[in-house]
Formats: sequence, structure tokens, C-alpha cells
Amino acid sequence: MKYDVNEQGFYGDFGGAFIPEMLYPNIQELKSSYREILNDDAFKKELSGLLENYVGRPTPLYFAKRLSEHYGTNIYLKREDLCHTGAHKINNTLGQVLLAQRLNKSRIIAETGAGQHGVATATACALMGLECIVYMGAKDIERQAPNVSRMKMLGAEVRPVHSGSKTLKDATNEAIRDWINNQDDTHYIIGSVVGPDPYPDLVTRLQAIISEEIKKQMDGLPTHVIACVGGGSNAIGAFYHFLEDETVKLIGVEAGGLGVKTDKSAATLALGSRGVLHASMSYLMQTSDGQVIEPHSISAGLDYPGIGPLHAHLHDCKRVLYSNVTDHEALEAANRLMQLEGIIPALETSHALAYLEKMTFNPTDKIVINLSGRGDKDMSTYINLAT
Amino acid sequence: MQTLKRVLETKKEGLLNIYCTAGYPELNDLPTIVNALHDAGVDMVEIGIPYSDPIADGETIQQSNAVALKNGITIDLIFEQLEKCNKDIPKIVMTYFNPVFKYGLEHFCEQCQKVGVDGLIIPDLPLDLYQSMYEKLFKKYRLSSIFLITPQTSTERLKYIDELSSTFIYAVSSSSTTGKISGINTSDRYLSGLKDLGLKHPILVGFNISTSKDLALVNQHAQGGIIGSAFIKHLRENRSLEEACHTFVRQMLKD
Repeated sequence: MKYDVNEQGFYGDFGGAFIPEMLYPNIQELKSSYREILNDDAFKKELSGLLENYVGRPTPLYFAKRLSEHYGTNIYLKREDLCHTGAHKINNTLGQVLLAQRLNKSRIIAETGAGQHGVATATACALMGLECIVYMGAKDIERQAPNVSRMKMLGAEVRPVHSGSKTLKDATNEAIRDWINNQDDTHYIIGSVVGPDPYPDLVTRLQAIISEEIKKQMDGLPTHVIACVGGGSNAIGAFYHFLEDETVKLIGVEAGGLGVKTDKSAATLALGSRGVLHASMSYLMQTSDGQVIEPHSISAGLDYPGIGPLHAHLHDCKRVLYSNVTDHEALEAANRLMQLEGIIPALETSHALAYLEKMTFNPTDKIVINLSGRGDKDMSTYINLAT
Repeated sequence: MQTLKRVLETKKEGLLNIYCTAGYPELNDLPTIVNALHDAGVDMVEIGIPYSDPIADGETIQQSNAVALKNGITIDLIFEQLEKCNKDIPKIVMTYFNPVFKYGLEHFCEQCQKVGVDGLIIPDLPLDLYQSMYEKLFKKYRLSSIFLITPQTSTERLKYIDELSSTFIYAVSSSSTTGKISGINTSDRYLSGLKDLGLKHPILVGFNISTSKDLALVNQHAQGGIIGSAFIKHLRENRSLEEACHTFVRQMLKD
């Protein structure tokens, strides 16, 4: 596939493995074995069995009748929110836990922002009987309390991170440091299509099942596929099998925060420039001195100053259109979905839904929105705003 | 890189390299610290350009980076401060790839040469990328790239690193973040094998050296040692900078 990673670990100018020497053996081990493991028949059988019977895949592609009427077009929702644990993140963590077992690793570490990836990792580890440590920014621990409790109930240790902005970026730094200090027995499950090569490709392959299913579930090709983008794993999952169907318009929606003209935003492609964050070359929000800028978004899962290198590439070669919506627009879109369809979406997902307000439609359009997660974890935000 | 080369050639053992973070503890302290270290008999200094996301560093250096950035340190300011430092002491700049990339690699190298920097340590700069894209620039501006090796680095890779090196090789005492483990006793076996690696370039050992005993052990097996976190901690606990530099070096060299 022409958008796949090359032998050097790059997508065009983006990607690579900008890692300190201490991580070289781990990355090398992963790089030399992941494709073979992922393509192994026994691995595939075990993973697909779990995805079907444990996660509940395939997830429905639901025609949203009232939302479609509201906009005068045809809108389909890919129901990743119905996955076990409430979001697409489990597709990746189950695959990586099985991979870790084959690499004889007994200890799993992960970072989390909204807590969805942390919960999905804790779940997969409980299922396989592996030790699980999740790094989470102290600020995120406060705003995503239910997910913190869930991780603990599932047997994971949640380690608060107090450095930097105390959010996802810093949790990722701390997870990388943990891996440097615990190389032999530990596998690091990155939650998005970020990090050093081969992680962006590994996570892409595990999330690509989303678009594989959409393709089977649709009658013909969609005209548009829309997904929210933080690091970009649900978006890549929803886009991947349509990348070479050039007639399908692919739209990634970033978190605009209070707006891209304010200093409270997380819209990396609107505000960022080229650089290296978390060991891969991509776009990131940074000062003229190369210091990473602390982002802002109402959604902890999108509150990240970088973006996966494949997205940076798809942006530069104009295969995907990246836009952004504000916190406020996302909240309005969440309310609309609640009242028109009886679905409470995650704050992250609400950003994708909000993009509908910026579009003009043909009655014959077939628009797929990746409903990446459900809103249970965001109840306190929704309740506070409703009262 | 001539100053550094000369020191490596004239002093074949017991080299002491001390790391400090530019902009820490106060914004303009760098020249005072470097000059005091020179007076105290330190052989070379490693100057850290602070970065918001130092993934290879432990808590102490993370904190010094954060404080320095809060103090308002910038790359240009560091170059200005470097000009005020003693010219005779070799200077190695340590930072991460992103600040250098954003500043512009060629401009960065040019400035380094101008203010008398001998070499660069950029721990997250991949070797193949260095070789294919940046080696020429480093040579043009007479900067030595100093690479890290760990107890897990394969023989083949050691040879590759040796080929790409031009002054010394930085061996980390154990595969960890900086200052993670207190003391280096557990690294004894690795250290005693360093001489048998058959490398052309001299080795200095860093990470987790915090006492004069650690340093003495390192000096048995390598041309010298690099101390970072322990010095930063010492600065944090002492008021007068110059005095702190002198007492620290005296303490370290007593064994």
C-alpha cells in the first residue's frame, strides 16, 4: 500500500525512531518480530476469536436516521463505542498483549490521557494475567476519575505523573522512562499511532479492522469518513482501507480547544511545525526554541501537542483533510447526538460529530463517522455543563 | 574539538567531566559555574540545553530543565553565556534532537563552533540519520558527536559507533535514565569489561556516579567519569555557587 511505512520506518518525511541508545535493543526486538507475529496464523486466530467473542466485533455500522434527516443527508455511525470497555482502544491493547506474550514479556506499561487506553490495557492484562502499570497525568486523574477507579478494579497500578502539564504528553514521557529502566521483562503498549517506529505501523495494523469492517458493511464506498484526531489511532483505523480509494473524502478533526487563535488549543496541524516528540518526526506544537507547548482541550484524549507521523504525511500529501472544532462546538454536537439518536458519545468523538456543522451536503452523500467511544467517562463534564 | 582532543591526549586517566544545566539554578549562572569548575580542576564540562521533554533523564535533571525553562533560558542566551566561559576548558553541549532541529541544525553547529563548543551529545539522534545527513555538518564546524553505549549494545553496533566517533565514547554505567540508581556497584562487571571491547576511542563513563568511590571505580576501567545528577543536587542544596563547585569537586576527587 502506497501509504505504508517504508523500510527506514518513515512515512514520507515523518516517523523514524529518535530514541536514546538505552531503548535500541527493545525497539529492535519489536521491529524485527512484530510483522511476523501479526501475520502468524495462530496469532491471527487467537486475536480474531477475542475480538469477536470478548470485544463484540464486528461493531455495527448504524444508519443514524434522525441525524441524517437533521442534516438532509445519509449519516452512518461506526459503533466503536459498543466495544467492550467503551472505545476502539481495546483493538490495539488485545493485539499488543498477545504480542507481548510472544516476546516473553511479563510486565506491561502504558500511558493514558482520558483513561480509555489505560482501561483497555488493564482489561487485556487482567484477561491474560499480566502485571499492568498505567502512567496518567495528575490533571487527567482528576478529570477522569471513573476511569482511574476502573483501572484499579481491573488490577492495574495507576501511577500519577506530576511533571510538565500533568497530562498525556507527560504520561507518555514517564512510560518511556519506565521502559528505559525496565527493559528485559517489560512491553510498552502505546495507545496511539505515535512513538518510535514500529509503533505507528503496529497500532495502525491493529486498528485497521475498523475500516475493514466498514468496507464490508457498506453498500459501495462512502463519500466521506470522519474521525477525531488526537494522536490519531481511531482515525487511522477508520481511514486505512479507504486510503487508496481516492474518491472517498477523509476528514480528521482536531481539538481546537478555545479556538486556534487563542493559546488554549490542541490543534496540532493548525498550529504546529515539524519536529520530534516521543521519538518520531511529525508536527508538534512548539516554541521557536523547540520547547513543546502545553496544549488545551476539554477532551483529555485529544489533549496532546503532537500527532502520529502517518497523519502528518497524509496532511502534507493532502490525502486527508484536517480541520478542528472548539470545546464548545464539540459539546453542542454531543448534545445533538444524545437527543436525536439516544447515544451519549465520548468528548473526543464529539469533535468528529461537530464537523458536520461545517459541511454542506448532497442528499446522496454517504457519510461515515467513527463513533470512537462512549461518554460514560465524561458524565461529570456533561452534568456540570447541563446544570 | 581541538581543546577536547588535546585534553584526551594529554591526560590519559582520571578525567572528570561535570554536567550542568544552562539556566539553572538561576538564569545567568552558567559562566560562573563553568569557570568555577575549571578553577577547581575539572577537565571538561557538559552543558545541558534544557528541553521540555527530556525522556532519557531522571527526576533531578528533569527538574533542573524545568526550572531553567521557567527562568527564561533560550538557546541564543546560552550561546551568549558560553562566550563568557573560560576558553581552555573543553565544552560539550548535551541536548535533545528537537531543540536543535527547530533551531536549525546548521545554524546551531555554526553557533557552537563560534563560542568554542567541542562536541555534542544528542542522545535521541539516530546513528543512521547522523551518518546520512548530519556528519558532514558536524565535520564542517569541527564538532565531535559523542555517542552513548550501554551494557546491552551489541559488538557490531559498538564497532559502528566507534567508526562514527571522533573524540570519546560515552558509556552509560547501566541502561537507565540519568541518576536512577544510586551508585554504580552493580555495574562492576560491565565496567571491568570496557577495556576488552577493543574500541579505538577512549571511554568516559556516566550515569549514576554519585560518590568519590563510584568515580574511583570508574577510573580503574575507563579514562574518566561524567557526573550530572549528583552535581545538580549539590547545587540545589548550596547557596554560594563558586563554593559549591569547589566543595563538590574536592569531595569527588578525595578517593
